[in-house]
Amino acid sequence: MNWVGIIRRFWAFALAISIPLIFLFLSSFGILGFDYLLHIAILCGIYVILSVSLDIIVGMAGLLNLGHVAFYAIGAYITALLSLHFGMNFFISALISAAASGICGLLLGIPALRLRGDYLAIVTLGFGEILRITLNNWDSLTNGPRGLTGIRHPSIGGFVIERPLHFYYLVLLLVAVSIALYWRIERTRMGRALVAIREDEIAAASVGIDVTKLKLFAFWIGASLAGLAGSFFASWTGFVSPDSFTFMESVLILCMVVLGGMGNVLGVCVGAIVLSSLPEILREFRDYRMLFFGLLLIVMLAFRPEGIVKSKRRAMELKRG
Amino acid sequence: MLLQQLVNGITLGGVYALIALGYTMVYGILEFINFAHGEIFMVGAYIGLLSVGILPEGSPPFLKLLFCFAFSCSLTGILGVLVERVAYRPLRGAPRLAPLISAIGVSIFLQNVVMLVAGSENKVFPQLFPSGGVRISGVDISYIQIFIISLSFAIMIALHLFITKTRIGTAMRATAQGMEVASLMGIDVDRIISLVFLIGSILGAVAGIMVGMYYGIIKYTMGYIAGLKAFTAAVFGGIGNMPGAMVGGFAIGILESLGAGYISSDYKDAFAFLILIAVLILRPSGIMGERVSEKV
Repeated sequence: MNWVGIIRRFWAFALAISIPLIFLFLSSFGILGFDYLLHIAILCGIYVILSVSLDIIVGMAGLLNLGHVAFYAIGAYITALLSLHFGMNFFISALISAAASGICGLLLGIPALRLRGDYLAIVTLGFGEILRITLNNWDSLTNGPRGLTGIRHPSIGGFVIERPLHFYYLVLLLVAVSIALYWRIERTRMGRALVAIREDEIAAASVGIDVTKLKLFAFWIGASLAGLAGSFFASWTGFVSPDSFTFMESVLILCMVVLGGMGNVLGVCVGAIVLSSLPEILREFRDYRMLFFGLLLIVMLAFRPEGIVKSKRRAMELKRG
Repeated sequence: MLLQQLVNGITLGGVYALIALGYTMVYGILEFINFAHGEIFMVGAYIGLLSVGILPEGSPPFLKLLFCFAFSCSLTGILGVLVERVAYRPLRGAPRLAPLISAIGVSIFLQNVVMLVAGSENKVFPQLFPSGGVRISGVDISYIQIFIISLSFAIMIALHLFITKTRIGTAMRATAQGMEVASLMGIDVDRIISLVFLIGSILGAVAGIMVGMYYGIIKYTMGYIAGLKAFTAAVFGGIGNMPGAMVGGFAIGILESLGAGYISSDYKDAFAFLILIAVLILRPSGIMGERVSEKV
């Protein structure tokens, strides 16, 4: 890869790394607090991971998943429980959480992936709801609607990550891992096979692609990454409750993917950042912000259904359609 | 106890079936999940509440009831048609996810409009019906339950006759089988789709008022879980299949009541989804759906 290529690929990361400087500059005018801006940025980071992980399932493999938040919740609760009962460090529990979410993805995927598009959507939706209801009612384990508090902050050796700036760089690291993974998958045989499945399952199967195995693979990777995001969320806020994992959250993540531009990682990131910071920007309008959000979705879909950043292939499909 | 739960279940089931019909009719033609349908049901209940306030105090209860249904059904029906025009029609032919997301947008929008206009607290729905009921061999059946069950049956029979016996009903079925061919046969597909949204929304409004009268309380978030369960019912019966939606509605209502009564009421919402997942995995086309091979 030549230098131009590297800069073209990594300008967004360079920007992300220097974001705190921009925030510092902004907050020096005293309009908004530095920590508040970072708080939003960290939130954006979590949603970027979630959207990228969902895009592997929805955008790449074309499997409509309406219960993505379930994997996020599994990651968050497992990290919370490991921290509370065993005092486990984030960096170990994050791996365990991601693995456990991935296994749940497989367990859900094995029966569910035989289903056609919309049915799969409903099964995933049902899975998310069942999980949330269980979290709400299994008092002895999850403390019900009150949630779990006192989750340890991440630490490396003796250094405890607790300032927003440190959390920001931690989430940035996880974002980088997710995007790198996305790119790797996209550019390999597996990624191309997934796209082929999305375009036409029967044709893909007839050229020798193991459709079920690859769909499961997409589900597994997507679920694991969502679990990772959940793990980070739990140790960042130190608190998890079923309220954070509602169906609306799944919908929100899906909207980020679709509005940003499905199947295009840059678009998905833009979508995640815009939609997760929008409620904060619209904070002044408090009561009206969800109204705007709903309207935005409708208008956006009507005028630019291919998303903010077009994926070439999808834009062509839309024109043809 | 068992019979009592059955009666409660059938009442709920009638409501679910009416909402499920709205989902299944739209899915049958457009092959998309109208996520905003739960909100249409909720808006129907709120307009019903509004309409009761319009009538002068002391009007006869029967008139109130009639006006409540007529007013809410017509306004909600128009709303449903409008939603289709604005949010779904421009997206016809776009990939499947597009109208789904648009529907979610509509759903968020309607929910928030109602919250801003009517407030976020629970609203008391006026008693339009004499309380009390009859007691048959130890089972209490309230008048309102009798009303809900009989009205939902009547509506379903009427709808079934409309779909199977009239010319417009035939046109609707033709459109569901193939939009392009139907339009070649001289059917105005756009009008049929509007009609489907009109009927579906009217059924939703009826269900909304029923729930308001049954529980005595409505809330702006009520559309979400009711919509999901009704959708479950539609899938349970085989989505796109109208008798299936009716059977599915009653099945979900009864199973939910039995689950709540015998196992745990905390998990009552989870039962619907467990059943749904089981049905989908064991018999993906629903209990009444035909096995359709994928179109190539």
